[in-house]
Amino acid sequence: MQVRRFAALAALPVVTSLGLVACGQSGDDASESNPSAIVSIEIAEPQHLVPTNTNETSGSQVLAALFTPLVSYDEANKPVEDAAESITSTDNTVWTIKLKDGYTFHNGEKVTADSYINAWNYGAYAPNAQGNSYFFEKIAGYADLQSTDPDDDGPQKAPAPKANKLSGLAKVDELTFTVTLGAPYVDFKTMLGYTAFYPLPAAAFSSEGVLAEGYEEAPIGNGAFKMNGTWQHDAKIEVAVYDAFPGEKPKIAGVEFRIYQQLTAAYADVQSDNLDVLRTIPTENITTAPTDLGDRYATSPASTFQFLAFPTFQPDFAKPEVRKAISMAIDRDEIIKSVFKNSQQSARSFVSPVVGGYREDTCGASCQFNAANAKTAYTAAGGPATIKISYNGDGGHKDWVDATCNQLKTNLGIQCTGVAEPKFADLLSKVEKKQDVGMFRMGWVMDYPSMENYLGPIFTTKGSSNYYGYSNPEFDALVAEGTKAADEDAAIAKYQAAEDILAVDMPVIPLRFGQNNFGYSTKVRNVELDLFQRIDLHKIEAVS
Amino acid sequence: MIRYLVRRLLQGVLTFFGATFVVYALMFANQNDPLQALAGERPISDSVRQTLTERYHLNEPFIVQYGYYMRGIFQGDFGTSLTNRPISELLENAWPNTARLAVMAVIFAALIGIVAGVVAGIRRTGIFDHTTLIVTLVLISIPIVVLAPLMQLFFGVELRWFPATAGADPDFYALMLPAMVLGAGSLATYSRLTRTSVVENLRADYVRTAKAKGLTRNRVIGVHVLRNSLIPVITYIGVDLGGLMAGAIVTEGVFNIPGVGSQLFRGITTEDGPLVVGFVSILVIIFILANLIVDLLYAVLDPRIRYE
Repeated sequence: MQVRRFAALAALPVVTSLGLVACGQSGDDASESNPSAIVSIEIAEPQHLVPTNTNETSGSQVLAALFTPLVSYDEANKPVEDAAESITSTDNTVWTIKLKDGYTFHNGEKVTADSYINAWNYGAYAPNAQGNSYFFEKIAGYADLQSTDPDDDGPQKAPAPKANKLSGLAKVDELTFTVTLGAPYVDFKTMLGYTAFYPLPAAAFSSEGVLAEGYEEAPIGNGAFKMNGTWQHDAKIEVAVYDAFPGEKPKIAGVEFRIYQQLTAAYADVQSDNLDVLRTIPTENITTAPTDLGDRYATSPASTFQFLAFPTFQPDFAKPEVRKAISMAIDRDEIIKSVFKNSQQSARSFVSPVVGGYREDTCGASCQFNAANAKTAYTAAGGPATIKISYNGDGGHKDWVDATCNQLKTNLGIQCTGVAEPKFADLLSKVEKKQDVGMFRMGWVMDYPSMENYLGPIFTTKGSSNYYGYSNPEFDALVAEGTKAADEDAAIAKYQAAEDILAVDMPVIPLRFGQNNFGYSTKVRNVELDLFQRIDLHKIEAVS
Repeated sequence: MIRYLVRRLLQGVLTFFGATFVVYALMFANQNDPLQALAGERPISDSVRQTLTERYHLNEPFIVQYGYYMRGIFQGDFGTSLTNRPISELLENAWPNTARLAVMAVIFAALIGIVAGVVAGIRRTGIFDHTTLIVTLVLISIPIVVLAPLMQLFFGVELRWFPATAGADPDFYALMLPAMVLGAGSLATYSRLTRTSVVENLRADYVRTAKAKGLTRNRVIGVHVLRNSLIPVITYIGVDLGGLMAGAIVTEGVFNIPGVGSQLFRGITTEDGPLVVGFVSILVIIFILANLIVDLLYAVLDPRIRYE
């Protein structure tokens, strides 16, 4: 039988709190679990329900019910085959994926190698404008599926791409296919757990490469649950257990994903038992949640990483000494206590504790609060007398930015002001134009559990989210070597060496690692939230 | 009367174009990068950006975008939102909820407000009058962002008299609490307007005449006083109905009712021009119609005020 565990692991305090939850539950043994119950889970209106186009947590929560991934993650966040029988490679370039037999889509269609190949080709083809298309970047032939506008947003349309199929995907037999990558990549198997890599049935396409109209309203997947009716926009999405599912059966009969506009409304519903699971406790209720919900308030590690970025292209922040001094002047623990009510954890490394290869305090002395040393270092390095910290005003960042500014004022004796931009997009476009925004807030949520997913996009010279102009050839080389390494351990060694360079250069100030804060009603138990903020639908049980 | 009606309708058409143009222009001016706003904090790849920009005409100048939009409207097509859903469908789903909520709120507010106002007006300076004044003062001074969650916490979560949220397809009972919250501010205004008006009319000559003629107290108040006192109240209710529909943003959010308010809120945050303009257009039409009906009601209530 299939063991499917999305898990909560890692950091010690969290393990303790999980332990507490478990204790609370052991008392409930008298009440039987009710396998015919429908559980309600809070989501926001998903933007899309096509695997290659879904990258927010609400959509992926629904898709996680409808689809079974090739790999899922075990307690140590290592990939374990799920829908795949085996995923192997001798050189990390050519990967052979063998599927388990017996899986069918909800319309009875057999899951075959083609189900994957067609879905991935569709996702990678640029004119389909799929939000997750960049996940297929590493597969050979990806560039041929893209095209560039000759006059950049001008009147002319971009020409059709050269090809509409990834040359790196090849079918071997009905249940086996190979994936050839453009370059060796050791974490490819880990990547395959992401939403973008689900298969699509032939019924999803109206003709080759064209998604059938209406598929998104009632997606057909290969997972343990099938759609019950269609997506009722702004209201709910209902799924029911798929009887022919060969894997581990869920312990409930179905799920009602209830769509909320505001988390506070969902919180009121959880308190009054109208809703079973709330995936995120709204910030305004975080202080009262432990008393409101008692042991039905729970936490688990999250992959979010919040940091302050420097515009390293500006002379003011060009020196690492200045950047380190500023970091040293910030008392992270104090801010987490006073602003976040301990709902997050201090960050003193550049990758999250949820990934393999994480080490504590890699940032070293620069991230340890030391007001006196900070001031001396700052003066010696000739840091600017006034600093701005920009943030997006719609994300609830004002409080901690102001608190950080106050610390910098006190500890460095400089002027500091927090500047709110209306939206994150506004902030980013200013940064891209290299306008003077001062330091600015950034955050990162991982796509798949690997150190590379933190180091590559945020810090490499060509990283997709490197907005601060940090560039160090030595760092880039180490990350590249890591991705090409022969095995996981060798890769981690390279990544760790790369992380050590970040501690020296300090392009950003690590501030906080996130934590999931969620709650549930008295009608459910065994509620677990994974690193992607999804409820584990195989574990959750209804109390009869 | 017919001429008046036609003139008012023509004014309405002009108002409609003017208002949608201004709203569209404002949305456009505010538009920074709607695709990025939609994607949240993730970067969008160039090829995706390119395709979407062309699909939604985002690279065209404002007037062209407005032209596309208006052409669609005349063909009965409200366009699609940036999330690729037909706006007519969004409107269809959202309006009934909001209309029900607003109508319930108005009925609730008018019933209680007018009765309280009349009683307070008749028994001026009595205990009831003073109590009403204090209660309405409190209701007016609590902003709805405070009142809505408070009522939800008290009646929904603690006492559990009402469901804490109404949800997508609410029944009458589930809408009661949100309607009361939404109507609370109006209730206070209705009752104060009625009271003042009743007090004034009670002193009027025609009331004295009516009393002198020996009419019963009920008839004096019911027909002579009330009819004249209701003119300002009706005017206000008419305009208020439109306002309630637009102002349901907070209430709909707190009680999770997928209506006009919540759609507008989302449209504004995601810089979704077509979505916002679509909803605002309908709001404009409602405002125009509500004002028209109010003006016509004048004539019914008081033949002296007849526009020719």
